[in-house]
Amino acid sequence: MAALGSPARTWLGLLRELRYLNAATGRPYRDTAAYRYLVKAFRAHRVTSEKLCRAQHELHFQAATYLCLLRSIRAHVALHQEFHGKGERSVEESAGLVGLKLPQQPGGKGWEP
Amino acid sequence: MWRSCLRLRDAGRRLLNRPRGSFTASEGSGPSPSTPARAYAPPAERKRFYQNVSIAQGEGGFEINLDHRKLRTPGAKIFTVPSEALAVAVATEWDSQQDTIRPYTMHLTTLCNTALDNPTQRDKDQLIRAAVKFLDTDTICYRVEEPEALAELQRREWDPVAEWAERRYSVEIGSSTSILGPSIPARTREVLASHLASYSMWALQGIEFVVTQLKSIVLTLGLLDRHLTVEQAVLLSRLEEEYQIQKWGSIEWAHDYERQELRARTAAGTLFVHLCSESTTVKHKLLQASG
Repeated sequence: MAALGSPARTWLGLLRELRYLNAATGRPYRDTAAYRYLVKAFRAHRVTSEKLCRAQHELHFQAATYLCLLRSIRAHVALHQEFHGKGERSVEESAGLVGLKLPQQPGGKGWEP
Repeated sequence: MWRSCLRLRDAGRRLLNRPRGSFTASEGSGPSPSTPARAYAPPAERKRFYQNVSIAQGEGGFEINLDHRKLRTPGAKIFTVPSEALAVAVATEWDSQQDTIRPYTMHLTTLCNTALDNPTQRDKDQLIRAAVKFLDTDTICYRVEEPEALAELQRREWDPVAEWAERRYSVEIGSSTSILGPSIPARTREVLASHLASYSMWALQGIEFVVTQLKSIVLTLGLLDRHLTVEQAVLLSRLEEEYQIQKWGSIEWAHDYERQELRARTAAGTLFVHLCSESTTVKHKLLQASG
């Protein structure tokens, strides 16, 4: 029932996610430990040509799980930034929503230090 | 007005208390952020204080270095993991933090911290019992009677998984439409408990975490045995919600948000268990065969 798809697609997805992760730091993703490890792992298991190789399936499942992790974290953070990251509005902004303005009192309110 | 429509489950509470992330995955997460000036202002986040993240191999396993400092757990232990892949993944998590550190994006780090510190101080038996206890209230076993479309969907999607589990472990699970839930025979509990006992302590922390997230031990077993992918398991866990979404529409900032968060946590938990359970001897043999 495991609809894993093809290893090639998982590999491309992983590369894409690594690119996203490293885009901000500016460092090329090929320098990262994650890239090197994934290349080593995929290469090591590619040589066996049997389609039913259990270790291949295990590796592919792990890779697909890691890909799901990276993708969902990125989507989750993006959603959080967009919808939940802004905090609360200030009193001035809230008043402005309904077209009101806070009164200006140049002398202070009297009880403020 | 919208908040009352949201079911205030775990994720719902988090929506209200965000973004205070803690570093350990214990269920009773700490009290709400100590009073900032406003009722709800995002608490000050730690800035990224390191340039480079590197991995070092110590006697106990692999350690993570942030610049020249060793990474430590919240319990002040040195952060050590047994698996290289896990160390690489954790290092990637730390490296992917940009200007601020967001603990809620670092699921693998959190799981490792929990395994190292064991803040709830449970031993192996207690973890196994906690996981098997979910069998009584397993999502897969609770069926509705109406609406008919949903009942049919549950039969179509959940029955195969339950049957797979019954075949794989030679147990009886069954399902029920009553509020009391299914009656699970004691033998099923024993068989599953002894199966879980074959996992290490670290792996069990991960397993218990996934079971708590998916609210189902059958789905977790499907993930552990690689019978289901993470996306499939999350879909099956949220079957009713997805049904309602298809019928009534999706609210991006709630439904998508919850789905992605559940996927992230489940994926992290599953990966954690698999990485903690694999043995390096298997890898070496394969490398020799291909070399």
